[in-house]
Amino acid sequence: MDSDLSPQDKKDLDKFIKFFALKTVQVIVQARLGEKICTRSSSSPTGSDWFNLAIKDIPEVTHEAKKALAGQLPGIGRSMCVEISLKTCDKDIKVSYTVYNRLSVLLKSLLAITRVTPAYKLSRKQGHDYVILYRIYFGEVQLSGLGEGFQTVRVGVVGTPVGTVTLSCAYRTNLAFMSNRQFERSAPIMGIIVDHFVDPPCSSQRPANMGQPCNYRAPDEEDGGTFAGVQDSQEVCTTSFSTSPPSQVLHAGKEGGVVLVPAQPPHGADAHITVEHAPNTPSSSGDDDGLSQSAEGRRDEGRRSVSPADPVESLSAFTRKVGAFVNKPSTQVSNILTSLDLPFAAFAPRGLDSEENDPMVQPPDSPPCPSPLQASLHSQGSEGSGQQDDFVMVDFRPAFSKDDLLPMDLGTFYREFQNPPQLASLSLHISSQSMADDLDSLPEKLRVYEKNIDEFDAFVDMLQ
Amino acid sequence: MNCRSEVLEVTVEARQVEEAMLALLHTILLHRSTGKFHYKKEGTYSIGTVGTLDFDCDFIDFTFVRVSSEELDRVIRKAVSEFKDALSNSGSDGMGQISLEFYQKKKSRWPFSDECIPWEVWSIKVNVVNLANEQERQICREKVGEKLGEKVINVVEVINRHEYLPKMPTQSEVDNVFDTSLKDVQPYLYKITYQITDSLGTSVSTTMRRLIKDTLAL
Repeated sequence: MDSDLSPQDKKDLDKFIKFFALKTVQVIVQARLGEKICTRSSSSPTGSDWFNLAIKDIPEVTHEAKKALAGQLPGIGRSMCVEISLKTCDKDIKVSYTVYNRLSVLLKSLLAITRVTPAYKLSRKQGHDYVILYRIYFGEVQLSGLGEGFQTVRVGVVGTPVGTVTLSCAYRTNLAFMSNRQFERSAPIMGIIVDHFVDPPCSSQRPANMGQPCNYRAPDEEDGGTFAGVQDSQEVCTTSFSTSPPSQVLHAGKEGGVVLVPAQPPHGADAHITVEHAPNTPSSSGDDDGLSQSAEGRRDEGRRSVSPADPVESLSAFTRKVGAFVNKPSTQVSNILTSLDLPFAAFAPRGLDSEENDPMVQPPDSPPCPSPLQASLHSQGSEGSGQQDDFVMVDFRPAFSKDDLLPMDLGTFYREFQNPPQLASLSLHISSQSMADDLDSLPEKLRVYEKNIDEFDAFVDMLQ
Repeated sequence: MNCRSEVLEVTVEARQVEEAMLALLHTILLHRSTGKFHYKKEGTYSIGTVGTLDFDCDFIDFTFVRVSSEELDRVIRKAVSEFKDALSNSGSDGMGQISLEFYQKKKSRWPFSDECIPWEVWSIKVNVVNLANEQERQICREKVGEKLGEKVINVVEVINRHEYLPKMPTQSEVDNVFDTSLKDVQPYLYKITYQITDSLGTSVSTTMRRLIKDTLAL
């Protein structure tokens, strides 16, 4: 069917698909940062608001996505997948405004859906116990990490002249976490991916399939240089549309943007209604390049090989074949694993910048359990005992509570208060500050006490 | 043309009505709004940008995405608030329905007024329950959050079937298709109506409205 598409049309469609892929990755990762997103509507368009949606571009994420794309586009047989993990990790359609508009609606749907899956709530609560990671890869969607009974949601489809873009999400529903078997399972996964790395990972590095943290921090100045490449290839999106008939071919605008001609003559026919799916062309080739994160330069001093975080979500951005590419979220709680020398260290949560603090190497102390019978979701103690991924989720039945009428109150209480936010006064720099103050005021206090030593003696005598 | 009609049904507690309605109405409007059109010479136009905002509900364990437009939010909140008041004052079993209708205007000759032709109608049926204790309320918080998530997925599935959408209008026709009154975004022309079902199960206001419509339809 490519023969029916003019070179300019093909070029434009490729551009749409490329930016759709980049924006999809941004939406998915931003939905898992743990923060609420707010962007402004603007009545005057700028060249960078693709699909007429204000979606911020986080430079690191763009960099990762472009790296994963590596100059190619998702195609038939080459789905692009974004994996979210939790870690303690036709007929012919003219390339026209119709396609652009529909891609825009699809992105809006993705915005809505990413707040609905269970991973969203987990990502809002991430921080001291776990972090959410993301991984972008190409090729066959890996659903095995999602456990049994995972659900699939189809976000939507958009037909284009060369294929159908399908966006779907598969998410884990079973929150019983996997056991130590993860260790064995990680090896073959690593084995498959190793081929695609630029720098072969050594065993001391963090397994590549763990992905990047979804924890955005504005890059420091020295990090700004790393992403200079992102700015260079910024392309301008379409800002002008036309109400003229569709017989006019797409042509590039002067500033490098594209002037699109919407598929509607000013009179009569409704081009919007007809959605014609391109015929199911066989895959162009057998090559399934499963691109995933490169583990270049990452070192984990003395860290034992750990199992990767179980995938929480797998959001397959899109594929050009007829069929879904699946985003699957898989949730799995594991200890926080951050390496000092991550290339995108800006993403790493604060405070975990020395090996002493690395919970993987030195597991946190087991917090006092409210009852010896529980293995609760939030009890980090069981994780810290050296088996990083030994999480078992059982029903929380508090001891000494009645079984029938109001079993929940005590349980709810426990659950809620087992994971309280860190007290401000206990946070490191404030406590060190007050400690310094205390130390400074000590000599003064001692002087006062010595002056009043007689009074104190009299007081003590009185007590005896 | 046949008007596409979708019905969503939710069961909530009294204090959750407002946020549940906002969540669903805003999700639909997010998909049915574009940026502002700016028409230029030679029949071309540019489209503004739609910003989005995450909104956390207070009474429901749920977060939804809405269009980043305070004006639009005000309009929707006002409608939902009226619906909520009507629901609580009705003395009925707490059943009602709020409808979001997208329509196109078709100019008619004088003396007939413009015709409003709906092309998509979303009806959200609400069933209000009263809960006895705090524990039940807590469960309800989470359950309603899950249910709303399912409804959002339903909305997305319907919208992405790509059935009829009005075609992009020329400058002279834009007010027949879009609501151009807002400063920052441009939803399709819509209207929000509601009706309360009284305890007999019949809807008083619908009956009245039907009578009036039939009379005027000539």
